Amino acid sequence: MAIEVRIPTILRTYTGGAKAVEGSGATLDELLNNLDAAHGGLRERLVDGEKLRRFVNVYLNDEDVRFLGGLETPVKDGDTVTVLPAVAGGQ
Amino acid sequence: MSAIVLTISRTLYEKIIEHARKDHPDEACGVIAGPAGSDTPTRFIPMQNAERSPTFYRFDSQEQLKVWREMDDNDEEPVVIYHSHTATQAYPSRTDVLYASEPQAHYVLVSTRDEKETEFRSYRIVDGEVTEEPVTIAE
Repeated sequence: MAIEVRIPTILRTYTGGAKAVEGSGATLDELLNNLDAAHGGLRERLVDGEKLRRFVNVYLNDEDVRFLGGLETPVKDGDTVTVLPAVAGGQ
Repeated sequence: MSAIVLTISRTLYEKIIEHARKDHPDEACGVIAGPAGSDTPTRFIPMQNAERSPTFYRFDSQEQLKVWREMDDNDEEPVVIYHSHTATQAYPSRTDVLYASEPQAHYVLVSTRDEKETEFRSYRIVDGEVTEEPVTIAE
């Protein structure tokens, strides 16, 4: 089962510079654990405790997973997961 | 690697200022895309501030995906990421630095705190470090 995960520039230090990596799992949570085994430290950049970090956007195909099931979002072979750090700031 | 100077056309410079003035007192935000590796801003992309706030900005996540994919399809990258401060100086705040995650981008800060004068300054923010850079306006 292969799910493509697209990695933003600042997280490519965890993937040896790769823009995309492959992983497996039935949910986003499982997928991130699976990726972390090969790319140690990557999961912690995306997950804080039991929840996705507030200022990282994770998309399943075309949708922000916040609108799907968060970490419990089901994923399957052929899906593409995209990670983009949020662009934000304030005074 | 991007140079430590922002070179921007007058047209794009004015578009950023106009956007900041229009959205005042909410913070305005956006991107200027350019060909990957060129360090040249060419395509102006004003973004919605999903926070719609006078003290915070955030790109709408769905809009950000659409724009980032378009840039990828066009072999572009975000050359300028701009936003405005409406009551404070045009200098990156702690949260601006915390969330800066495009190391090759020029972070432009505009301040609309004064009714008549708009401050426009540019910075590189890499690994939590802020370096101000000169701005060259190409006529």
